[in-house]
Amino acid sequence: MDARDAIDQAARNSYGRLIAFLSARSHDVAAAEDALSEAFHSALEHWPKRGVPDKPEAWLLTAARRQLIDAARHMRVHDASVPTLAMVAEEAEHAATSNVDFPDERLKLLFICAHPAIDAAARTPLMLQTVLGLDAARIASAFLVKPQTMGQRLSRAKTKIRDAGIAFELPHENDLPARVDAVLEAVYAAYGSGWDDVAGADARRQGLAEEAIDLGRLMLQLMPAEPEVMGLLALMLHCQARSAARRADDGAYLPLSEQDATRWSRAMIDEADAWLRKAERVGRVGRFQLEAAIQSLHAQRLTAGRVDWNAISWLYEGLAQLFPTIGGLVGRAAAVAEARGAAEGHALLMQLPSEVVQTYQPYWALAAHLLCRLDRIDEAAEAYRRAIGLCEDAAMRAFLLRKLHRTQAAAGVTEGDAINVSPSRAMPPAES
Amino acid sequence: MNYTILIYETPADFTQRNDPDAKKREAYWAEWPIYTKALQDAGVMRGGAGLQPPDTATLLKFKDGKQQVQDGPYADTKEQLGGFYIIDVPDLDAALGWAARCPRRPGRMYEVRPNLVTPG
Repeated sequence: MDARDAIDQAARNSYGRLIAFLSARSHDVAAAEDALSEAFHSALEHWPKRGVPDKPEAWLLTAARRQLIDAARHMRVHDASVPTLAMVAEEAEHAATSNVDFPDERLKLLFICAHPAIDAAARTPLMLQTVLGLDAARIASAFLVKPQTMGQRLSRAKTKIRDAGIAFELPHENDLPARVDAVLEAVYAAYGSGWDDVAGADARRQGLAEEAIDLGRLMLQLMPAEPEVMGLLALMLHCQARSAARRADDGAYLPLSEQDATRWSRAMIDEADAWLRKAERVGRVGRFQLEAAIQSLHAQRLTAGRVDWNAISWLYEGLAQLFPTIGGLVGRAAAVAEARGAAEGHALLMQLPSEVVQTYQPYWALAAHLLCRLDRIDEAAEAYRRAIGLCEDAAMRAFLLRKLHRTQAAAGVTEGDAINVSPSRAMPPAES
Repeated sequence: MNYTILIYETPADFTQRNDPDAKKREAYWAEWPIYTKALQDAGVMRGGAGLQPPDTATLLKFKDGKQQVQDGPYADTKEQLGGFYIIDVPDLDAALGWAARCPRRPGRMYEVRPNLVTPG
């Protein structure tokens, strides 16, 4: 293999393992990253000349630990950590010369990234950077944050890990469920940031959905008996199975009910359902299993040709009782509207506190849809406008605009009047 | 804190504003008031304006004490300032969130900057 390919492959396959191994020992994620980056640099220099070593990862580890020790000596403040680093050095040498693989510490790293002491907004980015090796600029774009801010957030989190002495240990059994939830939430947030980019127009964001699924698979490999891990993976696979069907051929947005189910990925649906069944056998229900079960019922349209909205509404009911989130409550209203009528669904929406739904776009899109079905046309148009104004996706906005026009046309307003704005009033007024 | 969202539009955007095809023209104008209303409903709207196209711009410069008046905008770029909003939100993340909801077209760009606060 070409040296360049070998380096790329090591970076792709082993980055997280190497960072986890080094930071579990140095207790300093930033230092581990710097050291590994130096090690990659030196591989770029040496491998093309001397050939790719037999065990590239072990070679990188040995090079990285030298960097770590040098850096620690240079800093002097962390003199106390030098003996630990010497131990890392021995371990790395051992891994390089023996046939044993170096230990996989990524689970510890995942728990560290989602530690309660870490700012919730930094957890997912930290995971993507340290475990998967994504660059900060890409993460910043995905989360709609200024790259400089994202860089600061990440480095603050790493400083906190080092200075607060957050232990690189697996959580205590009593804390385990809560700590697992935090990790799963962070993984799901990564998936969501990829999923929100419905258009798939932004390649930098598009990839994150798949990266999140990779993280889910890694979690499962490291915690093979945890039902919620299976639930999350099943949920992400169900959503991902529909990625090819979310857009019409001309790029127009298609809501789930209008998607061509034959374009869904049968293989992903089957895999998701298999994980879900396995999770159910453990007998400990959780948020992600419930959400995956809802998606599984939607997926049955492919095989059964219909959707059991009644069953879906009961799963949402469970979700609302056990793990109420704004998204889940809006989802429940949608399911109830399908199962028992628009009026009942709309009544559920009306119960949500107005300060919470003020800027929550899916709430307004659903409200518009239900008001339309209830023939409350003026209110429907108003809700469509709210949903459009809050929309972050161009294709979805176009879809809602079409709905708005149709609603107004149904109310007897002609197409031309539908957009009731004169050019001079269309833009905001000057500040007065 | 006040932020300004500067909207840089493409030549296609500026053309579409006055497109002879009513449907295309309306497609341009329809989205802005809806977005503006969303800002108002959320209580973050502080002001803003849409600007006439760059060919209406006049540039005034003073070079070596001599005044020069030129036709056209300052920057010679394909995308030109087409309008701006001033919003009052807690932080840059929130400001970027609102910028992402601006009516979108291929090539259109949105620059978000914190407004200057008078020192003292």
